[in-house]
Amino acid sequence: MDIYNFLVLRQEISLLILVLLLIIVEIFTPKNRKSIVVHLAILLFGIHTLAGFYPIEDADLFGGMFRNNSLIHFFKNILNLGVFIILLQAADWIRERVIDLNRGTEFFILLFSSLLGLYFMISSGDFLMFYLGLELSTLPLAALAAYETSKIKSSEAGIKLILSSALASGITLFGITLLYATSGSIYFEVIQELITATDLTVLGMVLFFAGLGFKISLVPFHFWTADVYEGAPVSIASYLSVISKGAAVFILMILLFTVLKPLIDLWENMIYILAILTMFTGNLFALRQQNMKRFLAFSSIAQAGFILLGLITGTQLGTATIVYFVLIYIFSNLAAFGVVQAISLQTGKENMKDYEGLYRTNPKLSLVMMLGLFSLAGIPPIAGFFGKFFLFTAAASKGYYFLVFLAVVNVTISLYYYLLVIRAMFLRTSDTAIPYFRNKNYMRLGLIITVIGILLLGLYSPIYDYIYSLSSTFN
Amino acid sequence: MDILSLFIIVPLLTVVALLFAKNLSSARITAMIGGLIQLGMAINLVFAYFDERAVNDAIMLFIRDEVWFKDFNIHYSIGVDGISVALLLLTALVVLAGVFISWKMKELPKEFFISLIILSTGVYGFFISLDLFTLFVFFEIAVIPMYLLIGIWGSGPKEYSAMKLTLMLMGASAILLVGILGIYFNSGADGGALTFNILEIAKVNIPLEAQKLFFPLTFIGFAVIGALFPFHTWSPDGHASAPTAVSMLHAGVLMKLGGYGVFRVAMYLLPEGTLHWSWFFIILAAFGVIYGAFAAIKQTDLKYINAYSSVSHLGLVLFALLMLNKTAWNGAILQSLSHGFMTALFFALIGMIYGRTHTRDVTKLGGLLKVIPFISATYVIAGLASLGLPGFSGFVAEMNIFVGAFQHPDLFYRIATIVAVSAIVVTAVYILRVVGIMLMGPVKNEAFLSLEKVTWYEKTGIVLMLVPIIGIGVAPLWLSEMIMESIQPFIQGVL
Repeated sequence: MDIYNFLVLRQEISLLILVLLLIIVEIFTPKNRKSIVVHLAILLFGIHTLAGFYPIEDADLFGGMFRNNSLIHFFKNILNLGVFIILLQAADWIRERVIDLNRGTEFFILLFSSLLGLYFMISSGDFLMFYLGLELSTLPLAALAAYETSKIKSSEAGIKLILSSALASGITLFGITLLYATSGSIYFEVIQELITATDLTVLGMVLFFAGLGFKISLVPFHFWTADVYEGAPVSIASYLSVISKGAAVFILMILLFTVLKPLIDLWENMIYILAILTMFTGNLFALRQQNMKRFLAFSSIAQAGFILLGLITGTQLGTATIVYFVLIYIFSNLAAFGVVQAISLQTGKENMKDYEGLYRTNPKLSLVMMLGLFSLAGIPPIAGFFGKFFLFTAAASKGYYFLVFLAVVNVTISLYYYLLVIRAMFLRTSDTAIPYFRNKNYMRLGLIITVIGILLLGLYSPIYDYIYSLSSTFN
Repeated sequence: MDILSLFIIVPLLTVVALLFAKNLSSARITAMIGGLIQLGMAINLVFAYFDERAVNDAIMLFIRDEVWFKDFNIHYSIGVDGISVALLLLTALVVLAGVFISWKMKELPKEFFISLIILSTGVYGFFISLDLFTLFVFFEIAVIPMYLLIGIWGSGPKEYSAMKLTLMLMGASAILLVGILGIYFNSGADGGALTFNILEIAKVNIPLEAQKLFFPLTFIGFAVIGALFPFHTWSPDGHASAPTAVSMLHAGVLMKLGGYGVFRVAMYLLPEGTLHWSWFFIILAAFGVIYGAFAAIKQTDLKYINAYSSVSHLGLVLFALLMLNKTAWNGAILQSLSHGFMTALFFALIGMIYGRTHTRDVTKLGGLLKVIPFISATYVIAGLASLGLPGFSGFVAEMNIFVGAFQHPDLFYRIATIVAVSAIVVTAVYILRVVGIMLMGPVKNEAFLSLEKVTWYEKTGIVLMLVPIIGIGVAPLWLSEMIMESIQPFIQGVL
């Protein structure tokens, strides 16, 4: 094997070097100069993100354990972009709250390790690599969720996440074992050839699905979501809701569309029911939430339900619409989370009631929030509309009109609670409204990028065309 | 730049200009200039249309087609026929009048005009779209600003009304989405590529089963915004809570999207579905006509009276469309236009009366003709137009509708027509009742004696609406001609 083959792992290696570099920097910076780590980490990750756009050739490594193609590579770039925005939005929080506790660098190290796990997970060519990636991505997250150790809720979030994800990955592993038992291989390409619809395979598939369903927070595997989002720091909640969820959706899609494709008649029904359950549960529970983080947690469960509409197709159209939707979803959700983060950092307020009269005091922040929420709700001409419309088109292309009908009912329900936030910000006035404040530069940049994304991703069609052309890989 | 895309670009430029407005006076001047340019464009379009029509007998004129999302075959595709031209003119007039009526908007003026103009952009875009996808996009763009417009600048239970209106209309558009997807995936039935283009789909024979399934979805999706009974309940609450200019735009223009969409999409693309379902929707529409009229009799709030009267009049539009003949269709479109000007005028006048007397309760008003004669006299004219007096636009429209509707020999159609016609009598009752109580008689309240005289900007707004009402009433032929020519392809398609 040629040493140059390792260049296929460029993204992973570069991220690993970044992590090691940060450890070294941490050792050699004096205690009162720690904030330099924040600037350095953001700068380096920015370079890593930019460098990621340089194309990488399609290749398999380690006998097919690790593979790379243009769609996987593109998706890694999407994840990078999302993490970069999260870092920008989290920078002020780290500088003001975390550095003093002497734990600034660990935040980046843990976050990047988790991202590295996601890289391996979506690049995996067999179940072993997949499982390693899954674990690597989940374990640091539990530590991150419990990052604000002084808060009981944060510790609770960490414990909840680690316990439930341990259970979920145990179930996944059991599912993988059963799939291995029936097919005699852990390589995706071999399983795809050998798999048949026996009882044991079906059980294996269902258990495996449950594990990933946990990461995507599909109903009925969603119980951890709201509590963890509420307790965890905002940036970790946003990471969970967009990055880790997006990657899990992606690998689930690859597995369903390739490895488990022969069982499509079975998992179609499964997804059909889960989609309905997830959409309705997410939306109906979101109606009554007062805490913005819990609110966004249920909204993100509902969005996962919409994604299943693309997943049910098993076609290139499905792949393209899912990747496109996830891309848009990252920007929209990060816009909403970014505003929550900014307000939470300045005032410590996280309830919807505190947002009353926000437009009169902080018009720009309210507009960003409005764009984010409208994008999540799917209001044209904002990007979220295109993402949803195309997902629905994908489902309708297979004749699932009734499912699309239920989905549009859910879109209307979701519009109601998104409008509740708009109502608080724009329609109401309040004497105790959050006073005007200026965001620091990192946060502003983080919000501006999301706004540009929300406005352009939909209207500028070549982005979708590009994703569609990449999507032929897995079909 | 083509003549139609300007209808999207000019409002957007106005919005950008408004972003830099510092205060009320700069905001309203900017909005007014934008409105004037749009009106100029609309009038120019009418002449351009007649010139082009003389040499070109295509269904749609000024067509422009750009690929947008090529994998879905989504195009930015625009074009107009006589019907859209007339509705564009209506929109431009009402928007400009709305700007004048909001001359003294005190609270957040910049945001108000921005929302108003975004709404009008959606409406313009809707009327010029030939692609179902862009049509749908513009439809939703037209609806969503209503939430802010009613919620922020409204009165009374504004949060409730705004939410109800938005959810019902967006819910309807969600149902419409399923219908549109259904049409899209059946547009390849004759072996061609899937397409969203209306003109292309009209040539395809969509399978009967699909037509039966998707017609009600598409029809209801549009008809909710056209206040079809029993989906009209958003409309009275919305009108009552909305600020004056928004009521005008809402009743004058936005509700016309319903009839237009039903005609251009549901009926044109799914003709067999139309035949199959028309009996059911005729019953709803006819009932809506009579129901709206009776409900208006019982109301004492001026805005509710006109809101229910809108339900009645627009029910008549849907009724006429479902009658499936040329005369009735001509009437339906004339009725859309005439109702647009008339109701916008009504709501403008109600806004003026309310702004002066601080009540919209008819029973508390009286003798207004003596104290604010200009407004009151115009109210009488609008009322007479509304009840269909010859010489005004309402008469031409209703005459056409009923003549057309009665051409059906079938007993069912006859009965439905008679039910709908009888609403005219009821209309006269509620209009004349208001005129009698509110305008005639002695002045009920001493405070009314010192009411502010009508201002120049209010007069301008009124005249902008009054001229077309009388214009259509006295000389309807040029308009009829424009519409009739454009109905021709629909007759070949649907009947």
